[in-house]
Formats: sequence, C-alpha cells, structure tokens
Amino acid sequence: MEAMLGDLLSNVDWLEIGWASWDTLVMVGLSLLFSILIGLPIGVVLFLTGKRQLLDQPAAYAMLSFVVNVLRSVPFIILLIVMIPFTVMMIGTSLGVAGAIPPLVAGGAPFFARLVETSLREVDRGIIEATQAMGASVKQIIFGALLPEAMPGIIAGITVTAITLVSYAAMSGVIGGGGLGDLAIRFGYQRFQTDVMVITVALLVIFVQVLQMAGDRLVLYFSRK
Amino acid sequence: MIVFDQVQKSYQVDGRAIPALHPTDMTIENGEVFGIVGHSGAGKSTLVRLINLLEPPTGGRILVDNEDITRYSAAELRAFRRKAGMIFQHFNLLSSKTVTGNIAFPMILAGIYSKTEIRDRVKELLALVGLSDHATKYPSQLSGGQKQRVGIARALACRPTILLCDEATSALDPQTTQSVLKLLGDINRELGLTIVLITHEMDVVRRICDRVAVMDAGRVVEIGPVSDVFLHPKHPTTRDFVFESENVDSQAMQKDLQSADGRILRLTFKGEATYKPLLGRVARESGVDFSILAGRIDHIKDTPYGQLTLSLVGGDLATAMNALEAADVHVEVLR
Repeated sequence: MEAMLGDLLSNVDWLEIGWASWDTLVMVGLSLLFSILIGLPIGVVLFLTGKRQLLDQPAAYAMLSFVVNVLRSVPFIILLIVMIPFTVMMIGTSLGVAGAIPPLVAGGAPFFARLVETSLREVDRGIIEATQAMGASVKQIIFGALLPEAMPGIIAGITVTAITLVSYAAMSGVIGGGGLGDLAIRFGYQRFQTDVMVITVALLVIFVQVLQMAGDRLVLYFSRK
Repeated sequence: MIVFDQVQKSYQVDGRAIPALHPTDMTIENGEVFGIVGHSGAGKSTLVRLINLLEPPTGGRILVDNEDITRYSAAELRAFRRKAGMIFQHFNLLSSKTVTGNIAFPMILAGIYSKTEIRDRVKELLALVGLSDHATKYPSQLSGGQKQRVGIARALACRPTILLCDEATSALDPQTTQSVLKLLGDINRELGLTIVLITHEMDVVRRICDRVAVMDAGRVVEIGPVSDVFLHPKHPTTRDFVFESENVDSQAMQKDLQSADGRILRLTFKGEATYKPLLGRVARESGVDFSILAGRIDHIKDTPYGQLTLSLVGGDLATAMNALEAADVHVEVLR
C-alpha cells in the first residue's frame, strides 16, 4: 500500500510542498491584511460619498469609483505584469513572496472596497437616522453604528477576498511569485508531473474550504439579526 | 416651547422644487403632548424631522426655547439633538448592541458621562420602561413592544426636554399600542417632557394628546385642543379622520338620517355632563319624543365625552334645546 502510494506520488517532494504551502499562507495573509487596511477606508469613503448618503459628494465618488473599477476590470494576470515596475520600485524585486504582494494588494483592495461599500449600504437607513438624531458626528456614526452594524457583511467580504487572493496568489506563480501556484506551474505543468499538480490543487481546495468555514463561523458569531 | 415661523420645506426633484411643507406657523407648548395627524404623504414625517433638523427647512425659522435652531453650528446642533430624543416606527435599534448597549449609546456618543453615570442611568431607564430582566438581550430577541420600550429608554437617556415620536405605535398590535401609549403618557406627566407625536391613527391622538394639528397635502389645515378638533371637526380631512376612528360610514349615516322623522340634533357632552341622567328629564319636561340614531361614549385623554345623534318628534322643541344647552351640552342641529 505504502509502496503503491510512493510510486503514485514519486515526484512529490514533501518538504518543497511544505515550503510552498507556507509561502502561499504568507502571501495570502499579508496581502489580505493590506487589502483590508487599504480597502476598508476606501469602501467607507465610497459609501459616504455615494448618492443620498451622509456626505453625498458626486465628484469624489465618481473619481474613486473610476479608480476602483479600472483596477477591478484589469484581468489579474495582466495586473501582475503591469505592476512589475511598480513592485520593483517599491520593494526592489518582483520575484518571490515579497514581489507577489503588491500586485495581490492592487487586485484585492479595490475588490474588498466594493464589498465593504455594499455591506454598508445594507445597513438600515433608519439606524443612521436614529444615530444622527442622538447628536452623533459623522465619525461617531461610522465607528459607533455603521461599522458594527455592517460587521457580519464585512467579515463575509473578508472571507470572499481571502479566497480570491488564494487563487490570485496561485496565479502569481506565472511571474515567479512562489507558493503552491508556482509549484504547480513549474512541476505540474512544465514538467508534466501530474502528481505534484494534484497535490497542490488538493491543498488549495483544503485551504479555501478552511477559510470559508472559518469565515462563516465568524459571520454567525457577529450576526445578531 | 417650539415655534414654527413661516417654516417651509421643499425637495428638489429633477430640478423642480416639490413642496413637502407649505409655509407654516405653529406653536408647541412646553410639557404638552402635541399630536400631528395626516395621511401618508401629508408631510407629517417632514414636519417632525424639522424639529431636530434631520430635515433642514428651505425657509423660515424654528425657535426652540427662543433660540433659532436653524442658525446653530454643527456642534451646537449635535448638543441640541441630545436634548430632543426621538423614537421611530421601526424602532431603529442597533442589532449589534444589547438592550443595555443601545440605551447607553447616546450617552457614550455625548462623551460627557462617566461609566458609573451611564451604568446607573441605564439601570434606572430599564426599570422605567419595565425591561430590567432583558438588559443583556439583543433586539432580535425582543417583541415589537419591548423594542419600542428600548427605543423610548434610549431616547430618554440624555434627559431630553423634547421627545419626538415618528409613528411610534404604527407597527404594534392594539394591545401593545395601549401599553406604549400609557408609558408615553406617564413619561409626559412624571418628567414634564414635551412630546410631539405623529400618527395616522386618530385613536392615538385621542388617547394621549393635549392638542392636535391635522395635516393635508403639506399644510396644517386644523389645529387646536383635541376635544375641540375631535368633537367639532371643521376641515373635511379632519372629519374623515374622526369618522374613520369611530368606524362611522358617513354615507350610510346620511341615509339613516334621511329616513328618520322630525328634527335631528347632535348632542355633545363633555366631562361631568357625560354621566348625568339628562335626556329623560328633558323629554319629560318638554314633551318631546326622541329616538337615538347614533351614539358613542368614550374618553379623550382623561376626559369622558359622549356624542348622540337624536331625532326629536313633537313637544316643545325650543324648551328642550334650552334645557340641553343649560346643562352644558353642545347642541348641533343637523336637520
């Protein structure tokens, strides 16, 4: 039995797989963190400047919305390539785990910003009105009412973004980004090592499953409706 | 005292100004329960939101205790809003906060209360609205009536002098409505709060209001003490509301009146006169015969009243009418 498995997975170097998995975790983790840090405020500003919302600034909304749309409409594989000069400028290399993070954030942050905007719009207008009627400032409305009320939606958005980043991170193997995707391309695809391909894909599937389950749990925990 | 001085509001729709409230003068006294009734779209929602400037007026002045609130700076307005609590038809509680968290919220926003002050005040308010056992629950675990009680407690947290009620009982069943109205009445009496209440139910006005304004198509068409407006409605809209609340089909009533004999009178009794055995005596003394076509005995706030529609036949009609009027009964000749 063991011998058979060994034969089947003859090309699989488990140490390599282990490192690649770690790299994927780091890439997804860090790019998710930066996507949230950048996307959340953008999402809040998009919401506030939107039509008939608290600040209602059509010009600001249109501008920000355009930037977000542009970043979101560029296919990620192209974004990876376009970003190379910026990445080199920012962190000195476009290769490896570090080199993959800027394009991942460029893809993830606008995506997450839209999800934040949507979940803020789901908050009952009456709650905003009630908070205003209590004499809250705009800042207090955002941090005291809007964000706590939208929390389940925002967490669901983080889950979706994380999963998107897993697939983006795998794609970054194309430009030498490292991680499971890189392994799948170099060994599974270019060297026809199907067993490596199967293992990396299986690991990615497990990774996504775990993320989704954890996200769902958190959403449930924060939902009081 | 809340004074509207030529206050008006219009909305810009496709570049045109659509009036929601025509220039309006109105005074709401301190400590009274002031009702505003109207059909949906009559402008009552706008009117109540003008009082705490959730809707800024497009013209006129709004004076609260002699200060023009439309000239307030943003900070002054926020301070003013703390002194004007508001409750809503759909409660608008924060689903992410517990009952305690919701009641404490306006105090935390105010930023001038210590933790102990907040804790003590929340406890006091929970007792006031009868929800002491539900302090740690989330709004989704409460019934509609309980949610509105949380809303009331929250509105009272910063010790306001004005309480604005936006259709506060419209989403509640009749029994719960009664208990919430009773609570509002108690609050008005015990805390001396001015309550401005909008509703489309005349019954709500009758239960707790001192004065009422009737709105129609962005105008206040009738305003006065509830008993006057209720018993002697002048504007057609007011009449509709009164009939509606008394379940009177006005067309059927007209028909009934046509088939009755003799003179038709509507008698209105108020207060003490309601309980006096008057009709029998008047009939004996004047020799008129009467039959009752319609009647109702009820309360306006705490005052009992009765209204009877009679047809009178034979006898000395003038004596009868004089006797009735002498007994403090308002007599209206319908035919």
